[in-house]
Amino acid sequence: MPKVKLPRNSPSIDMTPMVDLAFLLVTFFMLTTKFRPEEPVKVVIPSSVSTTKIPDNTVTLSIDSAGRVFFDMDGKDVRPQILQAVMTKYKQTNLTAQDMSRFAVMGTFGVPVTQVKAYIEADDAQRKTMSTASAGIPMDTLRHNDQLSDWVSAAVSYGLADYNTKRVTNQNVKPPKFSIKADGRAKYKIIKQVIDICQKQGVQHFNLITSLKSMPKS
Amino acid sequence: MAEVNTGGGGGKHQKKRAKKLSTRIDMTPMVDLGFLLLTFFMLTTTFSQPKVIELTPPIKSDDKTKVQDTLSLTVVLGKNDTVYYYNGSLKLTHDSNNIMQTNFSNDGLRKLILNRNQYVLNSIKAIKEQHDANKMPDSTYARLVDKAEGNKYARFVIIKTDTTTRYINVIMTLDEMNICNVGKYSLIDVNDDDMKMISDYKQTHKSTK
Repeated sequence: MPKVKLPRNSPSIDMTPMVDLAFLLVTFFMLTTKFRPEEPVKVVIPSSVSTTKIPDNTVTLSIDSAGRVFFDMDGKDVRPQILQAVMTKYKQTNLTAQDMSRFAVMGTFGVPVTQVKAYIEADDAQRKTMSTASAGIPMDTLRHNDQLSDWVSAAVSYGLADYNTKRVTNQNVKPPKFSIKADGRAKYKIIKQVIDICQKQGVQHFNLITSLKSMPKS
Repeated sequence: MAEVNTGGGGGKHQKKRAKKLSTRIDMTPMVDLGFLLLTFFMLTTTFSQPKVIELTPPIKSDDKTKVQDTLSLTVVLGKNDTVYYYNGSLKLTHDSNNIMQTNFSNDGLRKLILNRNQYVLNSIKAIKEQHDANKMPDSTYARLVDKAEGNKYARFVIIKTDTTTRYINVIMTLDEMNICNVGKYSLIDVNDDDMKMISDYKQTHKSTK
């Protein structure tokens, strides 16, 4: 019996569609990825079934398990303004233009005003040490050292002013909202205190940040 | 001297045989890089934006909302994940026998609230059946559910927190409100009477054990 000769197929296959797809995905992920800056404070947020998304343009007050309060705010244009306002109030007027622009993109911080300049100028590692050593933003109402209230007040007034000027030209801009990102182990007493401070500055609505968990059956 | 051959023109037609180069280039490195990037972005991307619970706490000066005693359920969040609850107002129940203890398990707080909220849940169930049978657009469904939750016979849950309450317990309780379709609730501080009742409750239960 003659041997059946199998036709030898070429081992190279056309990979073009696969490569096309791969690059499509790469492009997609590159465009949708937003790198999150490293948080100086570790917060384990509790979970809930709520599906409401976090609003755009928000002031985030983070509270860690030890009850230290950290401040963050969206809006590159507004941040230098509130920094200027608060620092002027505490007579810390030695900020340079470079400090201002660094603060605009800085992210969360939690140091008293006397250390803010040093914190802005520090590198990542130094910032980490400063944050660990810090007791958060002071909010001691009894000793007239309620700095959190000043940050919140500046954020409210400058945030609203910025919103009002931008609204004329840009329809998509949102008024500033307040979010509280607290650790589940923190005492509710502290969160209540933060809420009270914000209420005194005219903030009515709060968004408590949680992670999503699925709805229980039945 | 260098000459630039402009081509064309009266010159003798020269047949130049261009060397046929292969049009195929080795794409392997590019593909490798592509997949490397793909893997990197896939692993580092998190799509889930954090979710929020919206809260509008009462402002102290104008906190004069009166709640009908028969419809209210007060939940007191204590230390170490404990929950105490009582029905109606303090005057009616100023007796430690009326205060009860429960926990955050499914058979604890959730069962309790689901039980107390039967009225609303039944009406929502009816609405949901209609919605499931495609007799109702989503917007109407949401509006009717809201209306049922805000019904005047719906239970009002008063959540009280003391100085030892942890934040996670507050979130868990607010979450239960969401799960159990409680539309009316408020978050306030515990008062001395509540504290006294709880300590009475603890005393009696210690002695019976």
